[in-house]
Amino acid sequence: MSSFENILVGNGITKRFGGMTAVSNVSFDLRKGEILGLIGPNGAGKTTLFNCVSGFLKADEGTFTFEGKVINRFNPDKICHLGLGRTFQAAKNFPDMSMRENVRMGALFGQRDMTYAEAERLTDETIAFVGLEKYAGVAVPDMPLAMQKRIEVARALATKPKVIMLDEMMAGLNPAEVSEAMDLVRKVRDSGITVLMIEHVMKAIMSICDRIIVLHHGELIAEGPPQEIANNPHVIEVYLGGEV
Amino acid sequence: MELVKKVFWETKAAKIQALAILAAFVFMMFIPSFSGAYPPLFLAWVMTYCTLSISWTFFSGKTGYISLATAAFYGLGMYLQAVIGREFPLGVTILLAALLAFGVGFGIGLITLRLRGIYFTIFTFGLALFLNRFFHWYEGVFTRTKGRFVKTFDNDMVFYAVLIVFIVTLVAILLMNKSRFGLSLTCIGQNEDSAQHIGVNTTLTKVLAFAISAAPAGAVGAAMISTVGYVDPDLAFRMLASFFPVLMAIFGGMFSTYGPIVGAVIFYVLQDYLLRTTNLYMVIFGTVMVVVVLVLPKGIFGLIDSMIAKKQRGYSGEVIGDV
Ligand SMILES: Nc1ncnc2c1ncn2[C@@H]1O[C@H](COP(=O)(O)OP(=O)(O)OP(=O)(O)O)[C@@H](O)[C@H]1O
Ligand SMILES: [Mg+2]
Repeated sequence: MSSFENILVGNGITKRFGGMTAVSNVSFDLRKGEILGLIGPNGAGKTTLFNCVSGFLKADEGTFTFEGKVINRFNPDKICHLGLGRTFQAAKNFPDMSMRENVRMGALFGQRDMTYAEAERLTDETIAFVGLEKYAGVAVPDMPLAMQKRIEVARALATKPKVIMLDEMMAGLNPAEVSEAMDLVRKVRDSGITVLMIEHVMKAIMSICDRIIVLHHGELIAEGPPQEIANNPHVIEVYLGGEV
Repeated sequence: MELVKKVFWETKAAKIQALAILAAFVFMMFIPSFSGAYPPLFLAWVMTYCTLSISWTFFSGKTGYISLATAAFYGLGMYLQAVIGREFPLGVTILLAALLAFGVGFGIGLITLRLRGIYFTIFTFGLALFLNRFFHWYEGVFTRTKGRFVKTFDNDMVFYAVLIVFIVTLVAILLMNKSRFGLSLTCIGQNEDSAQHIGVNTTLTKVLAFAISAAPAGAVGAAMISTVGYVDPDLAFRMLASFFPVLMAIFGGMFSTYGPIVGAVIFYVLQDYLLRTTNLYMVIFGTVMVVVVLVLPKGIFGLIDSMIAKKQRGYSGEVIGDV
């Protein structure tokens, strides 16, 4: 569909760990302004694919093109500076820093030539955006899981990304927290940031994603709008099982 | 110079810190004029230990990469003094020793800092051992000596030199702690993966910080060996010297820059006293260390700090390791 601008394109991505192929010849595109869901059973290779995009791991084969630029060989810091932010499946916050410091580090290092004053402003703005103000004085390890994951999102947002990749930000949250997280994802997209998200919570993924791609044993087995994915016999067989 | 203002001017605590350092410096400058010959030498050793422990803590305390390379850089400084000390004034040799340690630190950093955790520690440990063996071999084959004589300098002069090295190191570290560079090191120590993903060039930051933390060790090595007058590989590359900064930092508490100083002072004074008065030095020393680690996980300075903190504030929200 050429009417969409593809901000991120993966082409024939393969990643092996020893003899095991975790991601196998996967091609996908991420269209500017959309929320793209990445689903698949445990061990399907979703996080590995994220790791390859963010430069944390290097893909063995294939290329990633971000805004027309091939980014395969770049390290995570360079990729962050280009405008690709991410969160981790198990939140990786800075435990001895306050919530605000956690976010400020993203603001300070996420863009080149950031001044201290500008970073302060961006920090406050981001904290307000994700709704973490009331946790300003709480030690990060003492915060509820949902809030710890939100700090991750805030720190990534403070780097001013064009694309944000969220790795299971709703796992382990209660239903109320899940719906808050869904609102946040929509708000992020409405602010002009393209979203690629891994999620197991079906209710969330089906209702907020514009499109979904499905990985199974490292291979891409389906791509399409949520309704189509939910009714795809192959997907139902390998992944959704009796759930839908 | 926004940074200088922030660290030494903006808040009341910053002003007190600036004044205290200045006052201590000026007071120390006058010590040789009224003391006998011994106190300057004693204080030079104390400051040497302080310099070793704060520079070690700057890198290892922040990042969690435990370096056991101190003896290597310290010893290289000593040998440089032995080799070129006759040609240059003390100040120049000290500067060159700092540069040498920085350069070697940078090279070693490039090789090792891609390694994480224990591998890094083992490699740095091996570096001092290697240099020890290397100098033994070199002297055995080429110079056919064991050790070398070192040009001696007047105690007062060495005292002034070490005082300047110590103050420069301290001020530089206090400034770096509040800088972007220092903050990125703290991020690396807190979570290296996250640091990398918010745009910190972790490899460059670690290598540079490791090299910077090596420089003062080279400098004090060059200065102090000239009070001894002799150096050999076993004296220069003594593994114990690699463990001192670790112990002093744990002893004093490494979450702030002043902890390792408190640790180093107590450590050196205790060591000096025990060495002169008893032959149970190691036993007593070890016991004190164990007790400190068990009873005061944040070190002696941590105890003082938490007593103050209890009185005046709750959770500070400040970056740890950044006082
Ligand atoms: N660094 C690594 N070294 C070796 N094997 C790995 C590594 N990372 C992932 N794997 C393996 O690759 C496969 C895919 O893992 P991955 O974490 O990408 O799955 P996932 O789809 O994110 O699963 P989950 O839903 O459980 O998070 C798994 O078999 C995993 O054990
Ligand atoms: Mg995963």
